[in-house]
Amino acid sequence: METPLKAQHLVIFLLLFPLGPALLLAAVRGAGFRRLLVGAGAAATAAASVALAAVLPSGETLWIAFASPFADQAVIVGEIVVTLFLLAACRRIRRREAWIPVVIAAQGLLLGWAEFGRDLPPVATPLYVDPFSALMAAIIGIVGGLIALYSPGYMADHHRRHPEEKDRRRGFFFLIFLFLSAMFGVVFANHLLWLYFFWEITTLCSFLMIGYTGTEEATRNAFRALGMNALGGLAFALAIVLAGTSSSAPTLEFARVAAPGAALLPAALLAFAGLTKSAQLPFSSWLLGAMVAPTPVSALLHSSTMVKAGVFVVVKLAPALHGTRTGFLLALVGGTTFLAAALLAVTQSHAKRVLAWSTVSNLGLIVACAGVGTPETLWAAAMLILFHAVAKALLFLGVGAIEHRVGSRDIEDMGGLIATRPRLAIAMIVGILGMFLAPFGMLISKWACLKALADHNLLLAVLLAFGSGPTLFFWTKWLGKLISVPSGARASDDVVGDERLALSVLVLLTAGACGLFPLAAAWFVDPWILGLFGAPLALLTRSNLLIMAAMLGMLVILPAISFLQPREPRRVPPYLAGANAGGDAFTGALGATHAVSLRNYYLADFFEENAIVRTATGLALLLTVGMLALA
Amino acid sequence: MKTALLGVVLWLIAAPLVGGLLAGADRILSARLQGRVGPPLLQPFYDALKLWDKRGGVVNRFQNFYMVAFFAFVLASGAIFFAGGDLLLVIFALTLAGVMLALGAWSTHSPYSHVGAEREILQMMAYEPMLLLAAVGMYLAGRSFHVNALASSGIPLVLQLPGVFLGFLLILTIKLRKSPFDLSASHHAHQELVRGITTEYSGRSLALFEIAHWYENVLLLGFVWLFFAFNPALGVAAALAVYFLEVVVDNAYARLTWKVTVRAAWIAAAILGATNLAVVKLLLR
Repeated sequence: METPLKAQHLVIFLLLFPLGPALLLAAVRGAGFRRLLVGAGAAATAAASVALAAVLPSGETLWIAFASPFADQAVIVGEIVVTLFLLAACRRIRRREAWIPVVIAAQGLLLGWAEFGRDLPPVATPLYVDPFSALMAAIIGIVGGLIALYSPGYMADHHRRHPEEKDRRRGFFFLIFLFLSAMFGVVFANHLLWLYFFWEITTLCSFLMIGYTGTEEATRNAFRALGMNALGGLAFALAIVLAGTSSSAPTLEFARVAAPGAALLPAALLAFAGLTKSAQLPFSSWLLGAMVAPTPVSALLHSSTMVKAGVFVVVKLAPALHGTRTGFLLALVGGTTFLAAALLAVTQSHAKRVLAWSTVSNLGLIVACAGVGTPETLWAAAMLILFHAVAKALLFLGVGAIEHRVGSRDIEDMGGLIATRPRLAIAMIVGILGMFLAPFGMLISKWACLKALADHNLLLAVLLAFGSGPTLFFWTKWLGKLISVPSGARASDDVVGDERLALSVLVLLTAGACGLFPLAAAWFVDPWILGLFGAPLALLTRSNLLIMAAMLGMLVILPAISFLQPREPRRVPPYLAGANAGGDAFTGALGATHAVSLRNYYLADFFEENAIVRTATGLALLLTVGMLALA
Repeated sequence: MKTALLGVVLWLIAAPLVGGLLAGADRILSARLQGRVGPPLLQPFYDALKLWDKRGGVVNRFQNFYMVAFFAFVLASGAIFFAGGDLLLVIFALTLAGVMLALGAWSTHSPYSHVGAEREILQMMAYEPMLLLAAVGMYLAGRSFHVNALASSGIPLVLQLPGVFLGFLLILTIKLRKSPFDLSASHHAHQELVRGITTEYSGRSLALFEIAHWYENVLLLGFVWLFFAFNPALGVAAALAVYFLEVVVDNAYARLTWKVTVRAAWIAAAILGATNLAVVKLLLR
């Protein structure tokens, strides 16, 4: 057959091609040539990922035999190089971080034993692609590509603002493309040793990118990320040792085909690795610390790479965990994280911290869905991954652009953005709407989740109900800040160039994902669920789709109608108890003139950050230990 | 399909009439409780008509859009409900409407509106868990999220969901903007000097807010009715009784702080709501 051959080639192209731009970018110094290379590399990667989605036969899983005998050896050599590199990087650790190299070394030894000490049967098909991994590949290719496209402009500006920092941009762009290649590896790898190799590369890339600026804070946070992900890597190595026996090859398929019970412990260990990578409590602190990196790094880590690798693997394990006590506890880790992170996001005014907690919260919901593991929750999990990737990339890039124009990442400094920089404000508004409001993106998934959880896991349904209140609160008040119009606000410099292109495409993607999500469901998610469970899923009834479409239509038409007013209404100054002193100023005590200054509510004494972090981390730690103990 | 359409048409036409009459009855009852005679029953309609004829003023040209959107989504939310649609979609549309109202207040950059907007979303954060749990409870007891299936099932929801019902009554006080939980805008002039969230609205847009509130009240009483839908007449009586009770509570209490509001609603959801759900799940399945 002609078609599967093409899909195979595209898979291998996506794995290897990004290394080309990566190596070239590591060598190039000129800004113009760099921009060109990044643009071409990103475009080719995105195009290939879209082509893969187009040529993949609907609903099929394609097993890819990789004939080259060198591939396995190359992976082994690669693993050794990564481990040695990380150990060498550990020379800069502090005394209290001394456990990190120990964990990395233990990982290496375990893996060495798994590879050389035992006689594992060869893996016939080390790679595969199914509709879900094709969806992930499209997200990585398009969203990752757009973030890459945005980066040269941002980084040039970053170094203009921070002349004291060493310019390590060549390494930076090398890492971005290496990261993309590794992410494609994670979503296409069937061979567990290959998956582990790509997994470790994502750990390596995030470690180096978080430490990019080279400050003491960045270095410490990079090591925290490395340490937590190394713990996950150790669990991963253990899972490989347990999953591969002399009779069964070490492949990801074990989660689906192994006898129930036999797969549980390795699945639990892999899920643990997924929890560390997707920054679930108790491991969330590394993702919060990762904010010190330049904004494109945050966008990459939060949207299309890294944390998505974690939830991707957890979702893949669902068949082995469904209906077990381990799966139940895993779902509770996710539910606890969802609620606690939403409460924490309420207390933050730093835009990137709000986004970070919201990422952790959404990933918690995905983990909860995977832990429950019914067709409905897995459907919701896949849709959450899609919506979250596009909307969160948009929000991070938007915050980065705001930061370079307003000079602040504080939400309190974004007041009146709709009047001063309307394009940027609309990008942020679209992203925020996509994150929490009906009838847009995430809410569709939450709706599906709540329905499924009411049947299968009441405790999680309650956690979801409680988490949606604070989620609503922190997004709405941010939205309110953006759309408030102080009197006398004047238009100022808006986004331009590649930044504007990346933001515009992401706005269209977010809007498209929200408007056309039934297509994404029909194309990728429904066939995947059908293949996994052998039964079709009819979640979206026609009448509900009509209602959602009508609501979407209203939101498009209403602004048009309200601007068609027959005459401009009379303008009045805001009510200031009759003491207006022109514009947003009022006359206060002793005749002094004060400007109005409005701050949002952060409820810091109501939701005490430290208390929530401590309680939720303790609880999640207990649940995680229980999850492993019961496996 | 026909009954669904009939439900929508009835909702669009009859709900503001019923809501306005309820508001009039509320004002008479409140006046009697305070030892006054009170206005005529139709006073809310006179007020709305008068507002409609007034020349309004705006602080900026965006603010009226949000009020129109608030109005439209309250109507949409009720249309889904009275067409017999999905309860969760009803709640989500109502949430969207509430967000629009708060955004309108934010857009004016006025201190009083700002406080009103913050308090409005505090209220939403407070009642959202209990509202969602009420829908989940109805699903567990009535086997459907659809209003028409729940209403025609003949299952006495209120008997299976007494805790959820009590919790719902508590958040109903927030939603109806009644004391002690009327944080963002009160019906009573003695509760506040400036009416938070609608401070910068006047004329037609303020009339729109009042009419939307009538619609909203009818929709909320529809939720109460659904608990008693096994006997439709009893349901109407229960809805009216609940409204009467809310008016009495409104007059008997002074406003509480937002912290008490959030705590009360969340504790009610956690204890009354979640416990009731667990019991239903254990006993009925």
